Amino acid sequence: MGEIGLMLSIFAVTSAVSYLLISRVPQRLHTPLMSFTNAISAVTILGALLIFSHEPSSLGSLPSPSVAEAVLGGLAITLAAFNLFGGFAVTDRMTEMFKR
Amino acid sequence: MEGLRGLLVDLAVIAIFIGGIAQFRTPAGARKGNLTAALAFAIALALLFYRNTIGHMWIVVTAFIVGGGLGYIVSARIGMTRIPALVAFQNGAGGGAACLVSFVELTRGGTDFLAAREVFGYVGLVVGGATLAGSIVAGGKLAGWLRQRPVTLPGHNVALFAFLAAVTTLAILSGGVRDGVGAALTAGIAVAALFLGALFAVRIGGADMPVLISFLNTCSGLAAAFVGVAVGNQMLIAAGAMVGSSGLILTLVMARAMNRRAGSILAGSRLLDASASELDTEVEAPFLADAAVSEASRPSSSPVASADPPVLRARRALARAASVVIVPGYGMAVAQAQRDVAALAAELEKAGKLVRFAVHPVAGRMPGHMHVLLAEAEVDYDKLFEMEAINDDFASTDVALVVGACDVVNPAAMNVENTPISGMPILRVYEAATVIVCNLDDKPGYSGVPNPLYDDPRTIMLLGDAKDTVRELSAGQD
Repeated sequence: MGEIGLMLSIFAVTSAVSYLLISRVPQRLHTPLMSFTNAISAVTILGALLIFSHEPSSLGSLPSPSVAEAVLGGLAITLAAFNLFGGFAVTDRMTEMFKR
Repeated sequence: MEGLRGLLVDLAVIAIFIGGIAQFRTPAGARKGNLTAALAFAIALALLFYRNTIGHMWIVVTAFIVGGGLGYIVSARIGMTRIPALVAFQNGAGGGAACLVSFVELTRGGTDFLAAREVFGYVGLVVGGATLAGSIVAGGKLAGWLRQRPVTLPGHNVALFAFLAAVTTLAILSGGVRDGVGAALTAGIAVAALFLGALFAVRIGGADMPVLISFLNTCSGLAAAFVGVAVGNQMLIAAGAMVGSSGLILTLVMARAMNRRAGSILAGSRLLDASASELDTEVEAPFLADAAVSEASRPSSSPVASADPPVLRARRALARAASVVIVPGYGMAVAQAQRDVAALAAELEKAGKLVRFAVHPVAGRMPGHMHVLLAEAEVDYDKLFEMEAINDDFASTDVALVVGACDVVNPAAMNVENTPISGMPILRVYEAATVIVCNLDDKPGYSGVPNPLYDDPRTIMLLGDAKDTVRELSAGQD
């Protein structure tokens, strides 16, 4: 359970720190903030990539993915990559427009 | 020791992500913060490839290019009027990815799961699936593919609880089962979660969309964090927590700006005790303005007290004014009138007038919606004022120009009890010497509460498509 405890601590601390920081984001940056956080939530791509991992990971030794797993994993990568590139790109565009 | 070093490296990457968020104070800072987080992301990806051998590279690379390319192209081309829909679909993509990863991890053979982790896997599956379906409904409404009006089915709450119960039961049944039956049960959970999300989102609409979209943002983050616990990845947990916090703050800010409880909005409380027919009066123009609507409903020469047509009186008021405050609302987005408004503002400014914009926190369909629209129309960032910053100035303002806003300037919120908007903080445009209203019609806004401002003798109503009415005003300012 030590591992779960560590993970929950990371969740709690990051939530608290983010809450404090984001409370100070001005209203006019709320839309870019949302697309920015959507880009960040694309970290799920790390989980999707690990589906294709051959080596022992933290989950123990994994077999090579089956066809169904590979298809679902590929779909997950596609969705996450959409957010990753789309989120960072559109946030960059918006914040640049604001700079004028 | 190896494990500890890995953890420290992970924490360092998480710190860079947080450093990105910390810069979200000013537009220039936000741009740097965005790049900082993108850098952290690149490091996280590089680390993953360094630590693991990833097979099936052709699938991985193809998926990456297709998803990433599509995301990039859409983001590069999309107009700011469609940003709310894009953000909704991004929330959905985040939820969908979390749902898929959970599904594979929960069903694949050979995985030896800690029971606690497996529980998080199921929660991630359900929250992710519900976020995906809820966001598709929300995005469909915002893109104009679905009607924006909230839909409540008979027995809506019963259905929601039934799906929730189904999800829980199936999760208990499939827990620990790693064969075909387990996979089928898990797939059943995912499907039930989709229904759950769609049912949840479908009964929230109109001016409550900012709360829904913020809440879905929270859920997409939480889903990622839950999956993170399931697969034991600290970066997923931390990033999910960041997104969850951000969405939560936005949800609360939006609800507070309407003087309502986030919980009751999300539970589909309809705002209205008023009759359903009044609800029908909400402007249902599709998201992209269409000319037919504006043509049909342009009375423009409705007889008012003065003999002069309202356009002339409005032009005169603007010509005489030394200070003008423009109040944009969702109607401006629907009419795509932001560039015309910006052009009018520029002309008035050239004539030596003080021109400012007052933006209500819930104006539009998502947090910050009006700000990005006006920024795209090249309105100077320094001219946009938030409610608290400008509300005291209306009393000394000559002309308040309302473009496509109703509820956020409705004085009934302050002085009439027991309406859906009672107690909602509003922009006090009625304190200005003259109020010009460029709205599609003089019907009540989304709340269904009639706006007494429209009957005030100091108010000049220019009804019709805001693009046309604003241009007409502009034409008179030579």
